[in-house]
Amino acid sequence: MVTLQLNRVSARYGRRSILEEITTPCFQGGQMVALLGPNAAGKSTLFRRVLGLLKGEGEVIISGTSAERPVAYMPQDTGARAVLTVYESVLLARMQGRGLKVQPDDLAQVDRALEELSITVLGERDIGDLSGGQRQLVSAAQALVQEPEILMLDEPTSALDLNRQISLLTVLRRLADERQMLILVALHDLGHALRFTDAAMLLESGRLIACGPTAEVITPARLRQVYHVAARIESCSKGQPQLIVEAAI
Amino acid sequence: MTTNTGVTETEVAETRMTETLSRGRAFYHSQVFRRQMILAGLVLALFFSLCVDLALGPARYSLGEVIAALFTPDSVSQQARVIVWEIRMPVALMALVVGASLSVAGAQMQTILSNPLASPFTLGISAGASFGAALGLAFGVAIIPAAIEFVVPINAFVMAMFTAFLIHALSLRRGVTVETIILLGIAMVFIFNSLMALIQFFASQEAVSAVVFWTMGSLTKATWPKFWIALSILALSMPLLARHGWALTAMRLGDAKAESMGVNPRALRLEVLVLVSLLAAISVAFVGTIGFIGLVGPHIARILLGEDQRFFLPGSALCGALILSVGSVISKIIIPGTIVPIGIITSLVGIPFFLFLVLNHKKASW
Repeated sequence: MVTLQLNRVSARYGRRSILEEITTPCFQGGQMVALLGPNAAGKSTLFRRVLGLLKGEGEVIISGTSAERPVAYMPQDTGARAVLTVYESVLLARMQGRGLKVQPDDLAQVDRALEELSITVLGERDIGDLSGGQRQLVSAAQALVQEPEILMLDEPTSALDLNRQISLLTVLRRLADERQMLILVALHDLGHALRFTDAAMLLESGRLIACGPTAEVITPARLRQVYHVAARIESCSKGQPQLIVEAAI
Repeated sequence: MTTNTGVTETEVAETRMTETLSRGRAFYHSQVFRRQMILAGLVLALFFSLCVDLALGPARYSLGEVIAALFTPDSVSQQARVIVWEIRMPVALMALVVGASLSVAGAQMQTILSNPLASPFTLGISAGASFGAALGLAFGVAIIPAAIEFVVPINAFVMAMFTAFLIHALSLRRGVTVETIILLGIAMVFIFNSLMALIQFFASQEAVSAVVFWTMGSLTKATWPKFWIALSILALSMPLLARHGWALTAMRLGDAKAESMGVNPRALRLEVLVLVSLLAAISVAFVGTIGFIGLVGPHIARILLGEDQRFFLPGSALCGALILSVGSVISKIIIPGTIVPIGIITSLVGIPFFLFLVLNHKKASW
């Protein structure tokens, strides 16, 4: 089973330090981990560092996999300028590093990724004609079609309506449970994090404030410290923790 | 749960899913087939245009005679054989190779810089070549010592490559974006145009005429050796570019997206810039400035075939070759008895056609 662990991982742009010595426990396949923190906390940088797009001190330890590219990443930028159909743009993500010839299995994976996210009907559309939310789902399909063992998604629900947000997170939860995928997802909605994720990393200004089971990471004191909001967490009738934000401080 | 017809809901759902899946894939297959047909159509059009180009000139031949001269040379007169094979063929083939090279160069510049205005012309490569050629034509300056008949093309080539490498070197500096590269290119165009004006100011009237004629672009400078050199560069570049087909297509989604798919945009941009600069430099050095093809050939290919490089790359080459070949035909017939410089024709005839295509195209083409 694939595992991911960060050991004193740092990153900097020029002289500006973005991440400072992030150390995490060993996350493993089947887990869904939320990456939390206010804007500019370093969430996207952490993803780029794990993917190897940024160099820096510390170690990103990925083990338990023999895949050449075990990690797939869905960035915030959903890039939709090219004259390509949705089907082509997902196939394109699948074919990177493979030959020019498309095999039936590649098409089957494209079909599967589109179906997982319920966007098969968009296949024939040009990506330039899509709404922001649709682009975000296509972008998720582009990550999914690579059949990763570790899937990282940078704010995948930011442009989605409520129905699509829940649907996407449900799909991700299922992928973690059924395919034993390790999923790291940056979220701004802490309610979603409490409901869908097993563990959470809370970042502020490049530092890891807390890391552990989601319900233990999201506490009123930390929300006050990091997000500057007064909030409380209560159990609903089904026993699930619910976040109630009272005011910005 | 079972429906009235005895089919379970799961079976219904599975059937629906299979239907939608096969519909998506069927659409993809039909799209691939349509594009293959378009490419085949372009090849046919190109062959037809080549034959017409070979048939036209002071001595006119019918298409039948040209085809006979091509495939059964012994069946036509020696005069026809010599005119078709020795005199017209290098010029006609040069039109195809230069058209394809400039169009591919423009296509990949537009791709890696994600800018619809990128072309050998707008990046200053053509202007650099013109300046090099003008140095040779006006003052006999040879940047690299060479036989007198090669001074102008070699000067043009060296200056074109110098411009390309200057832009590459500047683009490697920290914080330089693709927009900055385009701005650098435009700055190059203005610098070289000013230098050209300076040369023309000091040069003799005769030399000025030669410089002006050179900058108009003319296929009549084509010879077999020049053709083989240009073809070799094109034949070398195409597989190298095709090898990066998927990565190049991903570049059009933006650097962040391309990186997320495992592409290294900076390394790819550098490699492709070197290759396409070579393609553009060779073309401009041999036939002069033909600015229109590198900009428009790729746009027409994009409208016809989309941006999947498996089709866009050969499509750009074929569109560029076809535009220049048709331009060559028009340049021979527009004023009887005179071959008008091809650079003038491609712009005058090609741009209205291009505008017609862009304005009538229902979907966004960039």
